[in-house]
Amino acid sequence: MDIFTILISTMFVNNFVLARFLGICPFLGVSNKIETATGMSIAVTFVVTLSSIITYIIQVSILDTLGLEFLQTIVFILVIAALVQFVEMVMKKTSPTLYDALGVYLPLITTNCVVLGVAILNIQEGFNLIQTIFNSAGASIGFGIALVLISGLREQFELADIPEALEGFPITLITAGLMSIAFLGFSGLV
Amino acid sequence: MSAIIEPIGILGGLGLLFGIGLSMASQVFHVESDPKVDKIRAALPGVNCGACGYPGCEGLAVGIADGEASVTACSVGGSMVAERIASIMGVAAGEVEKQVAVVLCQGDCEHAEDRYIYHGIEDCRAEDALAGGSKACTYGCLGCGTCQDVCDFDAISIVDGIAIIDREKCTGCELCVAICPKKLIEMVPYEQDVIVKCKSEEAGRFVRRKCTVGCIGCSICVKNCPDDAFIFENLLARIDYDKCTNCGICVEKCPTKSIWSGIEEVEQIAQ
Repeated sequence: MDIFTILISTMFVNNFVLARFLGICPFLGVSNKIETATGMSIAVTFVVTLSSIITYIIQVSILDTLGLEFLQTIVFILVIAALVQFVEMVMKKTSPTLYDALGVYLPLITTNCVVLGVAILNIQEGFNLIQTIFNSAGASIGFGIALVLISGLREQFELADIPEALEGFPITLITAGLMSIAFLGFSGLV
Repeated sequence: MSAIIEPIGILGGLGLLFGIGLSMASQVFHVESDPKVDKIRAALPGVNCGACGYPGCEGLAVGIADGEASVTACSVGGSMVAERIASIMGVAAGEVEKQVAVVLCQGDCEHAEDRYIYHGIEDCRAEDALAGGSKACTYGCLGCGTCQDVCDFDAISIVDGIAIIDREKCTGCELCVAICPKKLIEMVPYEQDVIVKCKSEEAGRFVRRKCTVGCIGCSICVKNCPDDAFIFENLLARIDYDKCTNCGICVEKCPTKSIWSGIEEVEQIAQ
């Protein structure tokens, strides 16, 4: 598979949030404002890409050579957790505003299924290192697109006249469902 | 053996590697934080009940250090904690009047009538949704123990079908006040010994049919109070705790004994 196909495929066709339904927690939790959603997307992109590279190297150089593939999940979690901790420290030092805005969702990236999902899928699909980098970057950009899109919509809800029973999460969930259906339109593209 | 040692070695090795890396990173990216925050957090009770409105004791510690929250913001800790925090912050705490939660209902199995037998989820909110609960009096305590479950301090017990709050154990966190579907739990000064334990706003004859210890709105207490401390609204007497001197005259005069007296309770314990 060439790189362009991988990018389009993970960003739109197999969008991790809207087609694979991974990473729903930050999708609903951090999508109140476009600003924080953008910050979260950048943090996730960074963590996903970096963790995919490291997990790929560990998988190929250590786990595959020693025949310890069964350690995949726990080792990957270890890598992700350490990385998120690292990102948190860097962010606290360099951008306290973003650190405060992300709040509890930053540590939650640790247990975010998008990160682990991308890392494991990279191995399952049999990608090489270059493909892995683009696949994970594409996946997290796709995550970012979905997050920014829904946060833009949710900002509009503030002004819209929504029936009382649907205010807040109900309308967000309905919107998320509609967005997911819309993204089905991309299927067959690749 | 290698099947066991290799995984352990790899996992342990990676863990060690990441651990060293992170501890080094924490040195490099160290952020100076306000030392007051750590001290205040140590002074707080640490139960993370959220009664102060901040996310846990950590959040409140930051809030107090920033000057957003007052040093008396922790209702659970009371004056002891407030004093300690005040000394850290270098201000005077002032007197904090301790408030405790009280269930304003005395209609236990013996005194109150039932309308139907409730078989369902043991939760007052669920029972309340079913035509206001099984009690004939729609204002009364349903006694399912929802407040008991929410209490972090083991201060609430269900006795004879109504909730009773132990004044000594209550820390005034107001979690039960928030959860009671009947809005029966109110905050009362700890020193207050005379409380109208009824919330029924129905006319006296209806109250009498449903419960023998309900407030029938006769306003005898209002007429007899020497301190003019009673507020009579919607056929229900209520005490203004600022004016009340705990003289206990109303307790004697009340025909239905709906005014609870802590004085008696204290004497009973003494006996």
